[in-house]
Amino acid sequence: MKYELQPTLPPPANTIGVIGWARKHLFNGPLNSIATLFLAWLAFTLLTPLFDWAFFSADWAGTTREDCTSGGACWVFVGQRIEQFLYGFYPREETWRLDLSFFLMLALILWLAIPKIPAKGIAAVLTLVVFPVVAFFLLTGGAFGLEAVDTHQWGGLSLTLVLAVVGMVASLPLGILLALGRRSEMPIVKSLSVVYIEVWRGVPLITVLFMASVMLPLFFPEGMSFDKLLRALIGITLFQTAYMAEVVRGGLQAIPKGQYEAADSLGLGYWQKMILIILPQALKMMIPGVVNTFIALFKDTSLVLIIGLFDLLAIVQAATNDPKWIGYATEGYVFVALVFWIFCFSMSRYSQYLEKRLQTGHGNRA
Amino acid sequence: MASDTNQNSSSPPSEPEHKIKFWNDPGKRALIFQVLLVLVLGGFVWFIVSNTLNNLEQRGITTGFDFLSQEAGFGIPLSLVEYTEASSYGRTFIVGLLNTVLVSVLGIIAATILGFILGVARLSDNWLISRLSALYIEIFRNIPLLLQIFFWYFAVLRALPSPRDSIEFLGSFLNIRGLSMPAPVTEPGFNLVWIALAVGIVGTFVMTKWAHKRQDATGKIFPVGWTSLGLIIGLPLLVFLLSGAPMTLDYPELRGFNFRGGMTIIPEFVALWLALTIYTAAFIAETVRGGILSVPHGQLEAASALGLPKTRTLRLIVIPQAMRVIIPPLTNQYLNLTKNSSLATAIGYPDLVSVFAGTTLNQTGQAIEVISMTMAVYLSLSVLTSIFMNWYNKRKSLIER
Repeated sequence: MKYELQPTLPPPANTIGVIGWARKHLFNGPLNSIATLFLAWLAFTLLTPLFDWAFFSADWAGTTREDCTSGGACWVFVGQRIEQFLYGFYPREETWRLDLSFFLMLALILWLAIPKIPAKGIAAVLTLVVFPVVAFFLLTGGAFGLEAVDTHQWGGLSLTLVLAVVGMVASLPLGILLALGRRSEMPIVKSLSVVYIEVWRGVPLITVLFMASVMLPLFFPEGMSFDKLLRALIGITLFQTAYMAEVVRGGLQAIPKGQYEAADSLGLGYWQKMILIILPQALKMMIPGVVNTFIALFKDTSLVLIIGLFDLLAIVQAATNDPKWIGYATEGYVFVALVFWIFCFSMSRYSQYLEKRLQTGHGNRA
Repeated sequence: MASDTNQNSSSPPSEPEHKIKFWNDPGKRALIFQVLLVLVLGGFVWFIVSNTLNNLEQRGITTGFDFLSQEAGFGIPLSLVEYTEASSYGRTFIVGLLNTVLVSVLGIIAATILGFILGVARLSDNWLISRLSALYIEIFRNIPLLLQIFFWYFAVLRALPSPRDSIEFLGSFLNIRGLSMPAPVTEPGFNLVWIALAVGIVGTFVMTKWAHKRQDATGKIFPVGWTSLGLIIGLPLLVFLLSGAPMTLDYPELRGFNFRGGMTIIPEFVALWLALTIYTAAFIAETVRGGILSVPHGQLEAASALGLPKTRTLRLIVIPQAMRVIIPPLTNQYLNLTKNSSLATAIGYPDLVSVFAGTTLNQTGQAIEVISMTMAVYLSLSVLTSIFMNWYNKRKSLIER
């Protein structure tokens, strides 16, 4: 008989480590085991040829389609056209202007997005007010010794970004105004806002773009003409404003009534109340929603190809019809998909992260 | 501005020396502001209308809806109602609308099934299942729909063989022009089957009511699911077989360069339907996942404390509560799918936007009438949806305490 305390036994070998994990997560029960094996087999048979096509037997180097001999993906096509895919028909010696605007924007967005960097207010003003002006002069040129570049030369990923960013920056203030209008106590203001929001949210973006490209020229006097890009931008902004207004309204509704009453009891007027008390709190809460609508807008910019603008998708689509590269449509689409996916996925991850950070722990999800 | 809030209409009117300046009275100021707003907007609308009328006159474009009765003169590859080149522009509107409805309804059905499977799979405790489902969701909802449509249409369906080298299976032919399948042709006696189906559906309703009543009274459970299956599918099938199978199949045949007879599913439809389904299913899956997660854990514990088995916990406790959260965003997804079906115009599936706001607009040049009719269709759809959603929310919130 041993009376002294014995060391604890290790847990059974099949409940810890890799085996334990697999038993718990993959093979708990006969049905689950069958499902696991079947799915593993399915994934294996589907993914191996895919990986083989995309990586192992793909052609990476070369200049013409004759260099694509191995039967896998022909990335030479994308490699040869990459400049056009990124910059469109922008003059090659001027593309540094696009790069510069892009990196300026990237820096500002990182400034805004990373919580540890201080002075968000300055960053917001720079992004929403200063940057658009700078980028406008950089991109269009015609001043400060920069060569003017006509908008029909714009294209590719840079055009996609221009459409999305302009749509966003223009729709944010308009959306805030509309959301305030929708919650206003003035009946005419309120009903006008509701009608605007519901009408634009009710129709597909394509019809809005059609409208902007066919009807807009009819709306203004003979001499006034808009170029194609501007018309698309107007359409996108009108459309996006309605969605933005709903996001802002959600943020405004999330502010407790006590905040409104406290502002009233301090004797603040409407605009003081909104600008000093309500909007700063609401804007913070609605950042995830804003990011989500931005993702939707970013994906939707691809529709401009229907009215004849050459955004990233349209320019790749045009390149796949080039007789020199016919038959490589899949490679082109995969490239576009990858670009869009990287942008959208990282933004959606950021919005999820923000949601978690802003969550103060009242939900019923454990 | 700051001092006017305590001097509104509720204060007694017997203080003449504190007369408020009219621009400091919130009520009057609101009135002035709104009048100004209406004036400015009215002016803007007048500016646009007068410009438009001017422009239309200068370009010699006729106005009005007379064009709807003119002959269209172009063919449409897919039509659910009778349509020839001699039909009117008004007819193109109907054809396009029906094609939009067709792809939307089929897309909604498929996306719902796929989305629910994926949403539940995302929550599976099997690691592989939930990871694969998450992979699907993250891939497909972050790629533009238009790109997905292009991929299916140009990269996949365009790679199919020509009609002469069709892939043949079960009397069907798959080629670059679409999928030609045998078409069922009904014979006179077939009406009996329809009647049987109607009887089956009515019978199911009656039976369900009766089963509920019996369970309330005696506590005995009747196998409702299997009986309804037998009534809705079994009964018509039985009638069909007993009446001597009054239906023949019309097989497609290769004549010249194309298939004649049977029915053909055009590749534009397949590409659009696939892309809409795959894209929307990813969003529906997230909705379903959120709905299921929103059911508090205590509900499950309460159910198992009552001794309910797992399937009935799911059917009686989890799903009804999850549905309350799922339905409103789900209707939104349905609406999105319907609106997104307008991307058909990019690959030439003859939907409302492609046929009416595309070809008809180009031929008649009556942009304003055509675009507003198209927008009105989508708008009324979305108004109907939001009416339904408000009704649903009201109904459901009554049950909640």
